[in-house]
Amino acid sequence: MFAPSHFTAVLLFATFASVVFGITQRSTPKAMVRYGLYCWSMFVCVVIAASWVMWLIRR
Amino acid sequence: MASKVQVPAKTRTTSQGFLYSALILGWLVPGAGHLLTGRWIRGLLLFVSIASMFWLGIAMQGKLYAPNTGDVLDMLGFAGDVGNGLFYALGRIFDLGHGAVEIATADYGTKFIVVSGLLNFIAAVDAHNLRIGRKA
Repeated sequence: MFAPSHFTAVLLFATFASVVFGITQRSTPKAMVRYGLYCWSMFVCVVIAASWVMWLIRR
Repeated sequence: MASKVQVPAKTRTTSQGFLYSALILGWLVPGAGHLLTGRWIRGLLLFVSIASMFWLGIAMQGKLYAPNTGDVLDMLGFAGDVGNGLFYALGRIFDLGHGAVEIATADYGTKFIVVSGLLNFIAAVDAHNLRIGRKA
């Protein structure tokens, strides 16, 4: 059984989803890479921000 | 003597074969639709991403939804899972998915499987757009 940590699961999810988004939502290779990196950073940043919000609510 | 009979121009469908081949092939095997249109790198990247997501979901003991008419969320889960095409069929045939989600990792795995199916739908539609010339 594969049991990643929460953050590892987030990184895996963000990576695979960003690759697909980048390829399917843009036409040129350069734009694909840029959009893929943008999606990846948004996935990870939003998760980190949401985690801190939940931490603050819990306190 | 030259004939004045007008011959209808060939449509894209007849000149390129079956119009929906990239859509169907891309749904059955992730990235195959892009391979069909000659985009090898895109096809391989899509295959690696979607296949990894699906099989990691299985490895995390994710749930494979069966056809059902019960809870709406279960029906939506099935709709997402079906997007994995042949991977879903293999998972069902070999009974790879887990029925009940009992741990957090299995919940992640279930989401991985559903999302990989949805991403494959997007990829298949993209392959279809490439096939019909709507996208360069």
